[in-house]
Amino acid sequence: MSLLVDIHKNLGDFQLDVSFEADEKVVGLLGASGSGKSLTLRCIAGVETPDRGRIVLDGVTLFDSEKRVNLPPQKRQIGYMFQSYSLFPNMTVQQNILCGMRRVGKKERPALLRRIMENMQLTGLEAHYPHQLSGGQQQRVALARILASEPGLIMLDEPLSALDSYLRWQLETELVRLLERFEGTTLYVSHNRSEVYRICRRVCVMHQGLSEPVCDVAALFERPGTLAAALLSGCKNYSRTERIDTHTVLAMDWGIPLTCGTAVPEDARYIGVRAHYFSLCDGPGENAFVCAVQRVAEDVFETILTVRPKTAEPGRTTANIRIERPKEAVRGIREGDEVWVAVRPKDVMPLRH
Amino acid sequence: MDWYPLYNSLRIAALSSILVFFAGIFAAYYSARLPRGVKGLLDVVLTLSLVLPPTVCGYFLLLLFGNRRPLGMLLAGLGLPMVMDWRGGIAAAAVVAFPLMYRTARGAFESFDQTLAYAGQTLGLSNSYIFWRIRMPVCRQGILAGAVLSFARALGEYGATSMLIGYIPGKTATISTTVYQLWRTNDEAGAFRWVLVNILISAVILVLVNMLESHSKKAVAS
Repeated sequence: MSLLVDIHKNLGDFQLDVSFEADEKVVGLLGASGSGKSLTLRCIAGVETPDRGRIVLDGVTLFDSEKRVNLPPQKRQIGYMFQSYSLFPNMTVQQNILCGMRRVGKKERPALLRRIMENMQLTGLEAHYPHQLSGGQQQRVALARILASEPGLIMLDEPLSALDSYLRWQLETELVRLLERFEGTTLYVSHNRSEVYRICRRVCVMHQGLSEPVCDVAALFERPGTLAAALLSGCKNYSRTERIDTHTVLAMDWGIPLTCGTAVPEDARYIGVRAHYFSLCDGPGENAFVCAVQRVAEDVFETILTVRPKTAEPGRTTANIRIERPKEAVRGIREGDEVWVAVRPKDVMPLRH
Repeated sequence: MDWYPLYNSLRIAALSSILVFFAGIFAAYYSARLPRGVKGLLDVVLTLSLVLPPTVCGYFLLLLFGNRRPLGMLLAGLGLPMVMDWRGGIAAAAVVAFPLMYRTARGAFESFDQTLAYAGQTLGLSNSYIFWRIRMPVCRQGILAGAVLSFARALGEYGATSMLIGYIPGKTATISTTVYQLWRTNDEAGAFRWVLVNILISAVILVLVNMLESHSKKAVAS
C-alpha cells in the first residue's frame, strides 16, 4: 500500500505544487483553510485534472501527464468522503450503500450489504433517508458506502469538523477503530493539529498550495522546521531572527539573544516558542528577559498572559508573547506588572521560512 | 361551441413543452461547463426571446421558416409546413417558452451540490446514472417549476403564433387567437367564454405551481 503524488496546477491566483509519498496506514494532510488540501484530494480522486505531474496508487498509474494517462474517477478505486458526507438525499440508506457496490457482482451484493450494515451498526436504518439520520449515523453511512466500493485508498476531508465537540470525540474514536481495520492507505485531511496528532502517525504539512516533506507527527510538533508548520502545529509565539552562531540567535522582534538547544541551520529566519514553554522566573539567567504584562486572561483551566519584552521593537504586534500557565503558577500577577520570563534552550525552535 | 381552439392550444403547448423541457435542460447543463466569456454570450442568445416582443420572435421565425426560405421549403417538402399550419405553433410557443425552462433549470443545477456528483464518480457510478438518478431528482423541484412555467407560457402564446400561423378556424386557431378574433368580430359573448376557459386553465396551473413551491419549502425545512 503506497500512494505517490507529485502534481502541479495553476489556477491563476493560486498555484498548487504538491509532492508527497504516503506509505503508512494513516497519513495526515495538515493545512490552514485555503492551503489547497481539498484541491489536492480532488486531483487524486480524478474529478479535477492537474496541469502536470504523476499520481501512482499501489503501482497503478492513475495520472501521468507525460505518458498521457488520466484514469476517470470511476476507475481509480478511491473512497472519498466529503466534509458534508455527500449522501444522495433522494436515496435511502440501503440505496446509498448499494451505489458503492458497482464493482461487486449482483449475486454477492445482498450478503455484502448485510455484513456492512452490521459492521457499521446501521441495521434497522435501511429504509431511512439521509435527512432522517443524526450526524453520526450519516458519517457511518458515508463510510459504509465507501467501504462497499472496496477502495485501495480512503480520503477523508475534514470528517469531524461539521460536528459539535462531544459528538466529535465519539466519532473520532469510532473512525480510528474503523481505519485500523482498513487494509489500504488513508489520507486524513484536517486543519486541526490535535486531531492529526491523535489519528495519524505521519503527516504532510501544506501551506499556500505548497507541500512540505512527509514527517513523523511527533517530529512535526518537536521540530516543525518551517514557520508555517510551527504555526499549524499550534505554536503561538515567533520572532524574526538573526543567526549569531550555531546555538545562538538574536530574536529581533523581541530584542533579545536566545540560546538554542539544537543547532541553528544557516537558513533559519525565525524562532518559535510554544505558549506552554515560557515560564516565570525570579531574575536574570539563561534565556531570561524582563517583560511588561499587557493582559491577564483567565481561561477554563489555565491563565493566559500576554507580555511584551522591554526590549521589543516598538510598534511590532508580533513582539507580544503569549504564555499559558496553570492558574496557581501565575496567581497575583496583574496588568502593568513587570515579570521575568525564561525559556529552556531545548524549547527554542529554529524555523526556516 | 367549437372546442377546436382548446384542443389545438393544449396539443401545441404540450408538444412544445416536451421539446423545451429537454432542450432547456440540455442547454442549462452544458452551458454551466463552458468558459465564462462564451457562457455569457450564449446566455444572452438563449434568453433573448424572454425579453423580445413575441412579434419580433415571430418575425425571426418567418425569416427562418418562410415558404421561400431554404429551411421552410425543406420542411414543407417533408410534409411539415410551418407557416399557416398548427405545427408552426409548436415552434412559436417553444421559442417563447424556452428561456423560462432554461433559466429555471440552470438555477436548479447551479444550486446542486457538486460534491454529490464527485462522490458518485468516485464510487464508480457512470456519468449518465449520476445525471438521471441523482442530479435530476435532487433538482426536481426547480425543473418541474420550469416545466410548468413554460407550459403556461406556451399555452398563452399569442404574438409569435399569430405572426407565424395566423388564425384559421378549425386549423390553426388557438385559445388566445380565438379570443382576439371573436372580440374583433363583435362576438363578445364568444370571446368571454374563451376568456373563462383561459382563466380556469391559468388558475389550475397557478395552484400547481403553489403546490410545488410549498412542497419544496417542506423539503428544505426537513
